[in-house]
Amino acid sequence: MRRRLLAIVMPIMFATLIALCGGGAAFASPAASPATAHPDGAAAFGQSSSHLVADGSSDAAAPSSSSGAQGETISGTLMAPIGEGGTREPIEGVTITVSQDGKEIGSATSGKDGKWQIPVPHAGTYQVTLDVKTLPNTVQLQTAGKETLKGLVVQPGFSKVALFPLVKQGQGTGATGGGGGSGQLEYLISIFITGLRFGLIIAMTAVGLSLIFGTTRLINFAHGELVTLGAVVAFAFGTSPLQWPFVIAIVLAVIAVAALSGLLEFALWRPLRKRGSGLIQMFIISIGLSLLLRNGIQFFFGPDRQQFQQATAQTQLTWGPFSATPMDLITIVVSIAILVGVAVMLQRTRMGKAMRALADNRDLAEASGINVDRVILQVWVIGGALAAVGGILFGLTSAVSFDMGFRLLLLMFAGIILGGLGSAYGAMLGSIVVGLVAQYSTVWFPPELQNAWAMLVLVVVLLVRPQGILGRLQRAG
Amino acid sequence: MDWGGIFSSALSDMLGPSAAIYALAAVGLNLHFGYTGLLNFGQVAFMLVGSYGVGVSVAKYGLPLSVSVLVAILVSVVLALLLGVPTLRLRGDYLAIATIAVGEILRLFVNSSYFEPLTGGSLGLTDPALAGSGPQRLPNQGFTELSPFVGGKTYDFGPLHFLGSDLWVMVVTWALVILACVLMFLLMRSPWGRVLRSVREDELAARSLGKNVFSFKMQSLVLGGVIGGLAGVMYTMNIPGQVPTNFMPEITFYLWVIVILGGAGRIVGPVIGALIFWFVFSFLGSFLTDLFPGANANVGAVRIAVVGVILMLLMVFRPAGILGNKEEMRLEVR
Repeated sequence: MRRRLLAIVMPIMFATLIALCGGGAAFASPAASPATAHPDGAAAFGQSSSHLVADGSSDAAAPSSSSGAQGETISGTLMAPIGEGGTREPIEGVTITVSQDGKEIGSATSGKDGKWQIPVPHAGTYQVTLDVKTLPNTVQLQTAGKETLKGLVVQPGFSKVALFPLVKQGQGTGATGGGGGSGQLEYLISIFITGLRFGLIIAMTAVGLSLIFGTTRLINFAHGELVTLGAVVAFAFGTSPLQWPFVIAIVLAVIAVAALSGLLEFALWRPLRKRGSGLIQMFIISIGLSLLLRNGIQFFFGPDRQQFQQATAQTQLTWGPFSATPMDLITIVVSIAILVGVAVMLQRTRMGKAMRALADNRDLAEASGINVDRVILQVWVIGGALAAVGGILFGLTSAVSFDMGFRLLLLMFAGIILGGLGSAYGAMLGSIVVGLVAQYSTVWFPPELQNAWAMLVLVVVLLVRPQGILGRLQRAG
Repeated sequence: MDWGGIFSSALSDMLGPSAAIYALAAVGLNLHFGYTGLLNFGQVAFMLVGSYGVGVSVAKYGLPLSVSVLVAILVSVVLALLLGVPTLRLRGDYLAIATIAVGEILRLFVNSSYFEPLTGGSLGLTDPALAGSGPQRLPNQGFTELSPFVGGKTYDFGPLHFLGSDLWVMVVTWALVILACVLMFLLMRSPWGRVLRSVREDELAARSLGKNVFSFKMQSLVLGGVIGGLAGVMYTMNIPGQVPTNFMPEITFYLWVIVILGGAGRIVGPVIGALIFWFVFSFLGSFLTDLFPGANANVGAVRIAVVGVILMLLMVFRPAGILGNKEEMRLEVR
């Protein structure tokens, strides 16, 4: 058992080391940084491309309901440090400018609630500058000279939050010296933290998918929608008009999705299994279910991306070269705790052992007295709960949208196949690698391609080692 | 409610260019899934390379239409080979995941700023920057020059109305569909087709009779991919300004609905499936728009949700489709 755990931890550390070294080497040469300038692209973007598809009377493009690569913004909330009353006051009228390669893209002034938002033409790397002169006299930047945030990576379809930590006048510190070298290290470490966070979110959702596959051999294509539902339900309870305490909203969302997941097994998949339906048949049914759930969610939630109120206005925490937002830390700690919990459950409890036995050999498990239907129901409920937690964390770190889970689904598959189809630990490991690959690719390549690289990992693995890192060859068939 | 108008437009869409394009792509998918048992969930990738293959060749490099279509066929073949080598030796479900991933990878790539000079990025093939650097031609220019119909004129056939430009695409695409169906008919009567079906039914048996299963699967993937690529070519002829969001994975799912609806492993299955699918799809669209005017996004969502329900119901109650033979089509993992 200890060896198994080691097998999980070692490759992660190894991958991290390689990524850090490789990233450092590439970043040292200025030519290696991604050039994502669009001299005329930015100007041309103003005109919508929708008329291009809207003119054929019965255009075949109509079925596509995705909002596509639109709506990338950089935004933030400027808040004064905590005052006597224990509350934070928003700061109004501060000018913020976004530029790319020395060219100004746009600027905005923070509103009454301290919020500001600047749309950007493309996903890409931008530079955000706060005009210090427009700050009120009572506050200053936490670190002098940090009025410009360089290398802010906006991902396709997402709103990127730019943080300007503010303190009371006279409490700031000077610019941290160290020159270029430490800046690169900070950059690579910050990418590592983002990548780890992303990978852990994928891992949490992928473990459920992998367990379901392991016990039923069903590739559940509708798993992404369970992820979306988790975030959407928490959003519905946690924001206005209901605005229940966020913890309650989270708990309700997890319970709701776990219940739905169990219900699906009970009312849909179990009867289908009893009828002796083929696996391909059930796979295609799960695709239909995915279309139904995703578009059902879009019907109620709307096509737009929305931010959790709970995720805005954060301060950056810094320790030496490490810096992270509280949300990053919460996400990482919570997901590691949950994943360890799942591992302990699988190793130590009767239920977990039954799950592993079922995944290994169904007939043998059944013959030795395991109630197969009950174990599969447990797997679905746990898988649904994990998907919901992953979805909430994903929503907190980026945004909530009706297709967030579907976009995550292929990355889950990539992680599962990389780690070894059918192995729960493999799914965890593979997903973390996929998250890191996605984030580190932005060091060299444009950020809108990060998911493409992560999926390319899947194809490469199939070519080189189809059974994955922890899988056994017999499963690849 | 204007029932006459709804039915008239649904009938027009049933025969329209989109239905023809989907039927053609579905014929290719039927070869993959219906006859060879390959779980190809990335048929839209072949449409994408066909579409961009011809579009970029014409608009960016000014090649004549015939050469551009050859380019599109060539890239489809290359894609099939690239896709088949890592996945065809593995179990079916790996192919399903890999193909859908490759479709998304390609879409993200043509959408990216990296390939913007070639593909126009998210603005697609009519990006002013793209047209400005090229020979100022629309991707479908050579095609419209050949049209015997007047582009802007409306042609009436009883209750059906078609624009001249649509009619030209329709005629050519349906002709291609018929050609492809005749080809399938001849191929499936040949020894080659029998081997394909034996691969679908029992790969081990085919292998033990000395057939190179991998090679047959690859030939099927290439041929079906080329048919999908040609559907992509006609897609660009229909909508010259192709944008990457026109190639979402949903298109592949619609093609699956079409193949299963008509009956997988039947020659005319995909054609009948496409006719029914587009009639229902168009009917639902106009019906819901009439019912809830001004709620376009919701109408789109409900329409696709209904497609999902149809797919589920079909798979639960009639997995062999309308024409399919239950004895012949066993949906098992292979």
